[in-house]
Amino acid sequence: MTKELLYKYVLALGDDALIIGQRLSQWAYKGPFLEEDIALSNISLDMFGRANLFLEYAATLKGDGATADELAFKRNEREFCNHILCEQPNGNFADTMVRQFFLDAFNKLFLQKLIESKDEQLSAIAQKSIKETTYHLRHSSKWIIRLGDGTAESHAKVQSAINNLWMFTDELFESNKIDHEMVKQKIGVDCSLIKVEWDKIIDEVLSEATLSRPENSNMLSGGRAGIHTEHLGHLLSDMQYLQRAYPDAKW
Amino acid sequence: MVKEISTDAIWELLKAIPDPEIPAVSIVDLGIVRNVEFDDDQFKITITPTYNGCPAFSFMKEEIIRRLELVGIANFKVSTSLAPPWTTDWMSDEVKSKLKEAGIAPPSSKVKCPQCDSNKAEVISEFGSTACKAMYKCLECLEPFHHFKQI
Repeated sequence: MTKELLYKYVLALGDDALIIGQRLSQWAYKGPFLEEDIALSNISLDMFGRANLFLEYAATLKGDGATADELAFKRNEREFCNHILCEQPNGNFADTMVRQFFLDAFNKLFLQKLIESKDEQLSAIAQKSIKETTYHLRHSSKWIIRLGDGTAESHAKVQSAINNLWMFTDELFESNKIDHEMVKQKIGVDCSLIKVEWDKIIDEVLSEATLSRPENSNMLSGGRAGIHTEHLGHLLSDMQYLQRAYPDAKW
Repeated sequence: MVKEISTDAIWELLKAIPDPEIPAVSIVDLGIVRNVEFDDDQFKITITPTYNGCPAFSFMKEEIIRRLELVGIANFKVSTSLAPPWTTDWMSDEVKSKLKEAGIAPPSSKVKCPQCDSNKAEVISEFGSTACKAMYKCLECLEPFHHFKQI
């Protein structure tokens, strides 16, 4: 019973990393300038690496010869349980940076807690990942400040991105039955406890960037239960193309 | 089976494997090889990734296997460990000077230009051509250079 729940818990963490990694990889060779193109590709690689660690662990827990590749390439959108913020389209550069900033701030606080997990493998993955996420958060925070406190146009674009993506931020702090059980067993993270600190990071950066924080309205969730926005299916059709067209093709 | 090769000899073999992206240093120099032991008729080699997303990591693992097989060693196993997480603190001073010679500023909170030793440098990009490096520019000799990020 616990193993099944742990599998689902780890799978969701793997899906979060995989889907944001895929989104960021779509910037490769399209970045606003060379250094930033490389930065986005680097962050994408970090997220793929993290996804691989989580999904390999999930595959071990699932047993029956399951592999990380199978989990990544042979599930449909209803079987993916990533937060819906991760799957939101890249939009313009401000849209991507705001999505990244919200996620980096969340990931930093989440991983800090996951280090204390009683599950050794989860703790090890968290210890490894937090170093990268700290770096990512510095990068995205700087961009929010530069864009917000930049020109009238960059300010308007980044504020609009914040307003549009705000509705997906509540989901990060929700807990379902799996989360509750994992928290009870001291394996998982109680996300409701990191909300205050997340708010603090967001408020500090937005204030320095001369941007305003939207009111909560029409907040959306459902990703953990496999209910996604229309964007995930398109993302998967691209990411999973090879395995769909040529099942079991090997590199 | 009698242990014919010492673990020291295995270390020497591994020391000859360069990092595929920074060939000036070996995978042992970088602290990627964590342990070599002989147990249960088998050499157990433990390696750890630098960055989660480092694309060179699987290449390094394959290279270890290839080099050992090349000298006829078959009784070995390469496994990956994540904890404790890799840190640039594991690099010796000797390794840091090798990096500097190769034109890469070694990991430090005070970044110095590897060409002219000036400590006046500015970040061009926090992300360089590989996950482990950031791009800097020296404000004195004006040369751009890589800094091996301190993590």
